[in-house]
Amino acid sequence: MDLQDVQALVKDYSATLSTQFQRLPGSAIIVRYIKNSYQNDPIRSAIELILFLFALKYLLSPSYSMQRGGQVELTDEEIDEQIEDWQPEPLVAELTEEEQHELERRPTIVGPTGPKVKLSNGRTVTNLASNNVFNFIGNDLLKERAIATLRYYGVGACGPPGFYGTKDVDMKAEADIANFIGVPDCIIYSQAFSTISSVIPAFSKRGDIIVADKSVNYAIRKGIEISRSTVYWYEHNNLEDLERVLADVEKTQKRKKKLTRRFIVTEGLFEKSGDIVDLPKIVELKYKYKFRLILDETWSFLTLGRTGRGLTEHLNVDPNEIDMIVGSLANSMCTGGGFCCGSKEIVDHQRISGAAYVFSAALPAIISTTISEIVGIMKANPEMLIALRENISIFRAAVEKSDGILECVSDIANPVVMIRVKPDYLREKGLEDGEDRLLQDIVDEVQAGGFLITRVKTVGNSQSEKKAKVVNGKVKKDSDEGHFMPCLKVYITVAHGKKDLERAGALVRSSATKVLGRKK
Amino acid sequence: MPTDPPRKRSTSSIKAGKLASFFSSSPKASATASAALLAAHTAANAQHGLSSPGYSLPTISVSDASTDSQKMLFSPPSAEEAHRIARAHAQFGPISDPGHTYVSKHTEGEVVEEPIQDDPPYYYLITTYLSYLILIIFGHVRDFFGKRFKARNYKHLKQQNGYAPLNSDFDNFYVRRLKMRINDCFSRPITGVPGRFITLLDRVSNDHNATFQFTGKTTETLNMSSYNYLGFAQSDGPCADATEETIRKYGMSSGSTRAESGTQDLHVECEKLVARFVGKPDAMVFSMGFATNSTSLPAIVGKGCLIISDELNHSSLRFGSRLSGACITMFKHNDMEHLEEVLREAISQGQPRTHRPWKKILVVVEGLYSMEGTMCNLPALIELKKKYKYYLFIDEAHSIGALGPRGRGVCDYFNIDPKEVDILMGTLTKSFGANGGYIAAEKAIIDRLRLANAGYIYGEAPTPPVIVQIMTALRMIAGDICPGQGEERLQRLAFNSRYLRLGLKRLGFIVYGQDDSPIIPLLLYSPAKMPAFSHEMLKRKIAVVIVGYPATPLVSSRARFCVSAAHTKDDLDRLLQACDEIGDILQLKFSSGVAGGKRSLEDKVQPPRWTMKEILERNVEDTKAKLL
Ligand SMILES: Cc1ncc(COP(=O)(O)O)c(C=O)c1O
Repeated sequence: MDLQDVQALVKDYSATLSTQFQRLPGSAIIVRYIKNSYQNDPIRSAIELILFLFALKYLLSPSYSMQRGGQVELTDEEIDEQIEDWQPEPLVAELTEEEQHELERRPTIVGPTGPKVKLSNGRTVTNLASNNVFNFIGNDLLKERAIATLRYYGVGACGPPGFYGTKDVDMKAEADIANFIGVPDCIIYSQAFSTISSVIPAFSKRGDIIVADKSVNYAIRKGIEISRSTVYWYEHNNLEDLERVLADVEKTQKRKKKLTRRFIVTEGLFEKSGDIVDLPKIVELKYKYKFRLILDETWSFLTLGRTGRGLTEHLNVDPNEIDMIVGSLANSMCTGGGFCCGSKEIVDHQRISGAAYVFSAALPAIISTTISEIVGIMKANPEMLIALRENISIFRAAVEKSDGILECVSDIANPVVMIRVKPDYLREKGLEDGEDRLLQDIVDEVQAGGFLITRVKTVGNSQSEKKAKVVNGKVKKDSDEGHFMPCLKVYITVAHGKKDLERAGALVRSSATKVLGRKK
Repeated sequence: MPTDPPRKRSTSSIKAGKLASFFSSSPKASATASAALLAAHTAANAQHGLSSPGYSLPTISVSDASTDSQKMLFSPPSAEEAHRIARAHAQFGPISDPGHTYVSKHTEGEVVEEPIQDDPPYYYLITTYLSYLILIIFGHVRDFFGKRFKARNYKHLKQQNGYAPLNSDFDNFYVRRLKMRINDCFSRPITGVPGRFITLLDRVSNDHNATFQFTGKTTETLNMSSYNYLGFAQSDGPCADATEETIRKYGMSSGSTRAESGTQDLHVECEKLVARFVGKPDAMVFSMGFATNSTSLPAIVGKGCLIISDELNHSSLRFGSRLSGACITMFKHNDMEHLEEVLREAISQGQPRTHRPWKKILVVVEGLYSMEGTMCNLPALIELKKKYKYYLFIDEAHSIGALGPRGRGVCDYFNIDPKEVDILMGTLTKSFGANGGYIAAEKAIIDRLRLANAGYIYGEAPTPPVIVQIMTALRMIAGDICPGQGEERLQRLAFNSRYLRLGLKRLGFIVYGQDDSPIIPLLLYSPAKMPAFSHEMLKRKIAVVIVGYPATPLVSSRARFCVSAAHTKDDLDRLLQACDEIGDILQLKFSSGVAGGKRSLEDKVQPPRWTMKEILERNVEDTKAKLL
């Protein structure tokens, strides 16, 4: 065919098309519109054409049922009426008496925190309720260093790390921690509590698999929740159950083509129950089933191990075997912030996708330099930990008598001694329900005797939630109370003398007897 | 910094009592250290002829206007002199003219209009898309060959002995092929105070930004990047003095969570102060702004509730919303009509599937948007709130301290009673030069939060030095201490914001945001211009933040300036001069004049392209007039 022929044909066709088009109602308007806009703005017409074609394609594609499914068509008046009628619930529910009591009983410390503190009621008590394990808060050397830093850096960083918030001292603190633990790299977040909630979703996405201990702390639960990964729980600290879950996962995974990321998440030293995990065994399982391990050392960092390097040192595991070690700089270290350490790849990834790192201001310089100082102190003074353990055992011996009603559930190396009333005893007395209040009464009684201790606190009022659970007949999936054990908490530090600890132990014991005795 | 105080050798005894005493070093050591510190401090002050405001009587001016600043006008001074001046006023520039102030306030009764958004000619939009296309094609080509010939570099993206890669190849593409090219513009490390000037640690990369090496040198740059709105990032002055005293007395930590034993008198006092400052009956403070949002939203809404969120809300608000378990919908950024539509639909339809009425509806907005420079339309939100009975949550992270005649945020700016807003949240990281966040509301709400907020129960309490920095800053703004200083800071910030914005508009740049907003995004569009702009600015010793996709829509890459009260007019002129030059080099002057900057309102055809000379002549007066 000749070129002329083609042209003629095209002309022919377009002529027919245009006559057909002009017959359509409203076609003249379209033509005018296109002409107009074409003259003014060729690009716009082009874009509109593309949009038009897109819309056409969209309209022709099969519609999905989720489009306005179940929607009720209403007139404007009806909507107005509904709006008129709608009454929202109050923003918050009023406090119950119990909750009010809980709030009132929270202590306020006047002046600095230390081995002895003054409370807002004017009394001075021995403080067994602070994380001040090595009395870093009262350390004058640290104070001087912090002041020197303050006079060079000011307080706030005034920006996230990505936007001129990274300071030389921050990088040093990160390097110091990585070096202390013995891994290649480390990243510091500006709050310990937010660290793991951010670390988990940075790696584990929708479709990935997380296998977690049922008793992990609140922050981990929230991290798992927000990652939207598929989660499997195993019985608390039951590694046989863990293996069963891992094997299950592997089996179902084998059938799938695509390999997903898989993580085991556990705490090293549990916040809620105070016990430690058998890390060597978990590491073995992780290799066997090809999982990555996220270990939360929030409570074990600085308190376990010969020099405080944490659970890895405590149980002689190479920290490089663990993919991510997350820890707190606010607990035993008494500064602020949290860290995650691991390989360079792990850390670099978080610098662009750890939400609480990217979207939050960097840590104040005074805290960063204090972290570096403390790492130095820890390295140089391993005997502090020996003294700490001695203190722990003094206290435990004083509080736990074989014929008593109290028992310590925490690990013997854990400076947070967790004490509960023996469950048998509670059952016998039929006191299982009001346990929180009972423990608070013991805390109050101990405080009246001159010692400040505390107890496991939960979000919301655990009592009312527990009742709700009974009514519903099953354990609520993401309730904080899932596996929490009401316990007294006593924070042992190196700054307390033997006498104080013995007295404290005896006082806790006698207070418990007294409070429970009242409940005949 | 003074040298280390002598560190005591540990004794061989491991008795607890001895150890305890080990930690309180002898009074002698601390005395010498503090004496040395004080000496160094006074020496430094004497050298620069500055008296620390903390020791002197309250004065009206934040810092005495020294004569050398006059020389800084218009032409950059010699390097040596600049260095000397920079040392003296690097953290907080002295005001060069008492007239350089303005009161940040919405004209009452006036309708709040959305700022007009100017658009560049299509040519630039299309080339921007093309640039991305080319970048992506190049990336894929490099990947294609890289994966075949340099497999080692891609190992981490492949399945390895049974482990799935940590990063999916696809997700990582953007980072690997786009962000890596401009990595040197992000996370530039600094040292010292992020005040008026900021000192960068120089670094070089020999492997295309994969790693950096420090050269050991530093560069002092004009800081247009930190959220130091009121200039409280200072290492001396009342805030630092009070903080030092607190460190001595309280140490560095509260040692616990708020619920257990981390509540000290300082926290209680600070909360009262914050509540009074923002005009609410009660408040609570947290050690992190991000966590304030991510823990508070779940504590007030849950299943059966609806969160209606501005589409550009901060990541922390999304984080919190998602954790709350409530339904989430969004409305177009600051589009009140769309919000109304969403509300009508939501209330009339009720909960999905069951159509039961919502328990509560919470509208979540920010006071000032950190990437756009826009404010929320508070009067309209309050109006809608009356009709639709929703609860209103405002994140004042950037607006607290930065807006309003008394620095109390958007409510103050629009002269709206804070009672009208249910929950006022804000961060203490920005205007106050501290760290953390706060929530202020009715007492019943705060009490509930004290019980139900996970950050309060499990998160660490804010540290004493940080708390005192906050309190001192708040008291200065309120005029309780150093009367006049806080006000001067507020008014300088307002002036600086308007001055810079007007200057940029007149030079012909497209900027976003309201006139009074201290956040000024300058639109660059093309991705290649991001690093170019940043580098050119760095050459001129100005530190700027550039942001692009995914923090902004694909086409609207931008540079963002954060104005501070610590800046002087000369600093801003220096910035304008730099922008003028760079704007010509990079072809950034796109403005058509619809969004302001024209010579007169009647001028319909001429896009604004003022010269620096004209701007310097006219800008100070025009800044205080209603902006064109
Ligand atoms: C709107 C908004 N909310 C919250 C935050 C988080 O504050 P912070 O840096 O104190 O964690 C930011 C900080 O970037 C923000 O812009």
